[in-house]
Amino acid sequence: MKQLIFISLLLGTLRLSAQVKISGRITDNKNKPLSGASIVLKDTYDGATSDSTGLYSFPTQEKGIHQLEVSTTGYNSISQNINIGLSPIVQNLSLKEQVTELKAVVISAGSFEASDKNKGAVLSSIDIVTTPSANGDVTSAFKSLPGTQQVGESEGLFVRGGTATESKIYMDGNLVNNFFYSSTPGIATRGRFNPFLFKGTVFSTGGYSALYGQALSSALILESNDLPERTQADLSISVVGIGGGIQHLSRDKKSSWGVSYNYINLWLAFNVIKQKQDYFRVPVANQTDANFRIKTKNGGFIKYYGYLSTNKVGFRSPDIDTTGLKDAFTLKNINTYQNINWKDRIGNGWKINTGISFSTNKDNIANDIQDASNRKVTLNSPSLYAFKNFSLENNAKYAQARLVLEKRIKGLTAIRFGSDYFYSDEKSTYTLYDGTKFDEKIIDHLYAGFAEADIYVTNSLAAKIGTRLEHSEIINQWNIAPRLSLAYKLADNSQASLAYGIFYQNPERKLLPAAAGIDYSKAAHYIFQYTRQTRDYTLRTELFYKKYDDLYKTAPGFNGRELAVNNNGFGDAKGIEFFWRDKKTIKNVDYWFSYSYLDTKRNFLNYPTAIQPSFAANHTAAFVFKRFVLPWKTGFNFSYNFATGRPYYNIGFDSSLSKYTIKDQGKTINYNSMSFSINYLPNLGKTNAKTFAVWVLGINNVLGQKQVFSYNYSSNGNRKEAVTPPSKRFVFIGCFLSFGIDRTQDAINNNL
Amino acid sequence: MKKIILSATILLLSVSLFAQSEKFTAAMKKNLDALGAAFKNPPELLTVANNFERIATAEKTQWLPYYYAAFCQVNYGFIQQDKTKTDGYADKASELIAKADSLSPKNSEISCIKSMIASCHMMVDPQQRWMEYGKESGSKLDAAISQDATNPRPHYLRGQGLKFTPEQFGGGCKTAKPELQTAMEKYANFKPASELHPNWGKEQVDQLLKECQ
Repeated sequence: MKQLIFISLLLGTLRLSAQVKISGRITDNKNKPLSGASIVLKDTYDGATSDSTGLYSFPTQEKGIHQLEVSTTGYNSISQNINIGLSPIVQNLSLKEQVTELKAVVISAGSFEASDKNKGAVLSSIDIVTTPSANGDVTSAFKSLPGTQQVGESEGLFVRGGTATESKIYMDGNLVNNFFYSSTPGIATRGRFNPFLFKGTVFSTGGYSALYGQALSSALILESNDLPERTQADLSISVVGIGGGIQHLSRDKKSSWGVSYNYINLWLAFNVIKQKQDYFRVPVANQTDANFRIKTKNGGFIKYYGYLSTNKVGFRSPDIDTTGLKDAFTLKNINTYQNINWKDRIGNGWKINTGISFSTNKDNIANDIQDASNRKVTLNSPSLYAFKNFSLENNAKYAQARLVLEKRIKGLTAIRFGSDYFYSDEKSTYTLYDGTKFDEKIIDHLYAGFAEADIYVTNSLAAKIGTRLEHSEIINQWNIAPRLSLAYKLADNSQASLAYGIFYQNPERKLLPAAAGIDYSKAAHYIFQYTRQTRDYTLRTELFYKKYDDLYKTAPGFNGRELAVNNNGFGDAKGIEFFWRDKKTIKNVDYWFSYSYLDTKRNFLNYPTAIQPSFAANHTAAFVFKRFVLPWKTGFNFSYNFATGRPYYNIGFDSSLSKYTIKDQGKTINYNSMSFSINYLPNLGKTNAKTFAVWVLGINNVLGQKQVFSYNYSSNGNRKEAVTPPSKRFVFIGCFLSFGIDRTQDAINNNL
Repeated sequence: MKKIILSATILLLSVSLFAQSEKFTAAMKKNLDALGAAFKNPPELLTVANNFERIATAEKTQWLPYYYAAFCQVNYGFIQQDKTKTDGYADKASELIAKADSLSPKNSEISCIKSMIASCHMMVDPQQRWMEYGKESGSKLDAAISQDATNPRPHYLRGQGLKFTPEQFGGGCKTAKPELQTAMEKYANFKPASELHPNWGKEQVDQLLKECQ
């Protein structure tokens, strides 16, 4: 009987246990209510969701000690032991906000990012190919952003009063030495690499990370694609050539390989569009590349990229010192680039990023003086004219090894450190009119070590502090370059940033061999940035001051070459820049506007005093407008670039004074260029289409506006001639096809 | 005495076991009712999602509460207007459906939710994301159909997607209608495995078909 009572008592407690109310308020650490937080009595069904005032309340029949857990997206979850008895429990809890990439400030002073995934990106990857003034050239798209000059007579990025050699380009962390096709006089060459190779680009116009060095002005950091989405073959046909390639994705989607080949021949284009130069060898290039990418089991990647190209070009232009004679310039180039990179997690919050690259570049350049019937004129007396017949062979080899280790400390806070080794071996043979040869060989070993910390104090305040140490054998001294960047979030969509840094650079190849005792050239950057960014618009303004010290001064060496003799050069650059992008106000229209004001003077190379350099305009502006018309499956892109005139000088060596003087100077007319392109995507939206086609029509300088980049002077200074683009406008027509090998069936099979 | 204690223990045990599954079914039913009502007051979806998630974590071996929690989160992702937050809800739904998936692999219903999650991500920026998420959403529906040919929901979701795709992209009523009709036929023969199993979408297909008349 007793037992029965016992059992019924037991059963009774099961049924009749009293409910206890648990309630409270959930707040963040600033005591602001958190709504939508989930409150759970662990391992039971009991719990609640906090309301808009952070309040929660729920009944429970549980008794004894339980864990009360609170969690919500973006905050660290917490749990609290509570002892449930008979009386109601009030438990207030506060959660700490997680420092997450989604919410944290972006350390962005000085840099523009083009990416589809990263927060703070100003451009998306596709913008690089749909900006009409860029002609599908990776670096040209950045000329529609503030900070860069509209220089059309030579390649490269001229950033904030810096020369093109002050900008360095990196692919997956490795320096690319010959990013552009070899220079030809008065014509800007294109970048060698296909913009579709890259998933993200960071263009820094100053104040960049200690991971990069040897660039006084700017770093362009390119990150190559991960695995392709599917196996695909591509074919392109255009007025400048044909090309084809294949990207193969393995069945398990863990690795891929690809090869491509492009043949470029400008015969057709140059026959239709008259060029200023008289081409006896129309530009022809053969380009081939190969890659493989392997996804590791920790989500890292091993990536290889290899590139080989040959190109030839030859053209005549009137010789400026004579009447009736012509300069016939020929260039043959062979270039290779190889890069293998491993990026991975190696446990305990450590990451490794290591790579080696190797490249070679060979130029055969020759210049002949020719008469009216294009016959070579040989002048043997050593005069100005005799020296115009010459040939030059450049043979360069470059190698780099790099290791970066990174450790996540907490949240986004991390430290990274590593080292770089650069090897360069540059040989040249200069052959005079009379067959005399001059051989030259410049070898450098450059060692660098760097350390950097990303410190996220809260989601609103972050700093990047770093130092770079370098030793170049040519200079035979160490340099220490501190870098600092701060970002502070002012409101949800706006932030202010500051950056400071010291940057060092060796003399460029053409100034070598330098006089003994030459030191690094140096620049200090001070940048203040304000950004306001939402999904639909971006407003960014930057103020900068840049101080140059120890710039190279030159003096005439043998053969009239100018070589670095001392570090007595100096200069500065200051300015303000605006960028505005709006994707919303006008339906289906995306436009951006950028403006840069630059005030710069420098005394370097052969400048007699500090003057505004010939590559710097005071005002530069760009306007880009894109509209996609869905029913027509066609995108219309328009861009307008403007710059005020640039100064030009005739600087000559006055032997009586034994110094350089400015013999003549002036200012070019303003630069105006309007470009237009149309992309037609006939297969858009056909989900089952095996072929995807893009038709492109692009016209540069649609209005045929007159452009003068600079002036060339004759040796005696009596004659000057405008440096203008090779043709008034250029028209590009092309078709790009991709043939997908659909893996949908595989995807289904994998799911079964 | 021993016998009594033994039988009492067995009795107690079976009562508690019975109570346990009774409790699960009751809690699920209560929240399924709440789910139906929550669509009229969308923030309620998150409350119901949390309720399902609590049941899921306490039960540990049931895929259905995870499934419904994910269903609530992804639906809220679609309904709420702040596009900067959409990815967050879709990610939360992904996390939940992954747990359901590990408890019940190759489940047609789960594939449907995965497809909805991909569509939800795509909606944030259709032009940029179409290539990645549009494809994924479609392939998950293909998987759902091959995993269970009798399931009407993949056809409903595909039909709904097509209806809201512009005609020049191969969408609109013309292409949506056959898919929705297929869904309707399958709904007519569809019997959920239990009253807790997924059984939604018929009214919506009705509505869509009416709009396409």
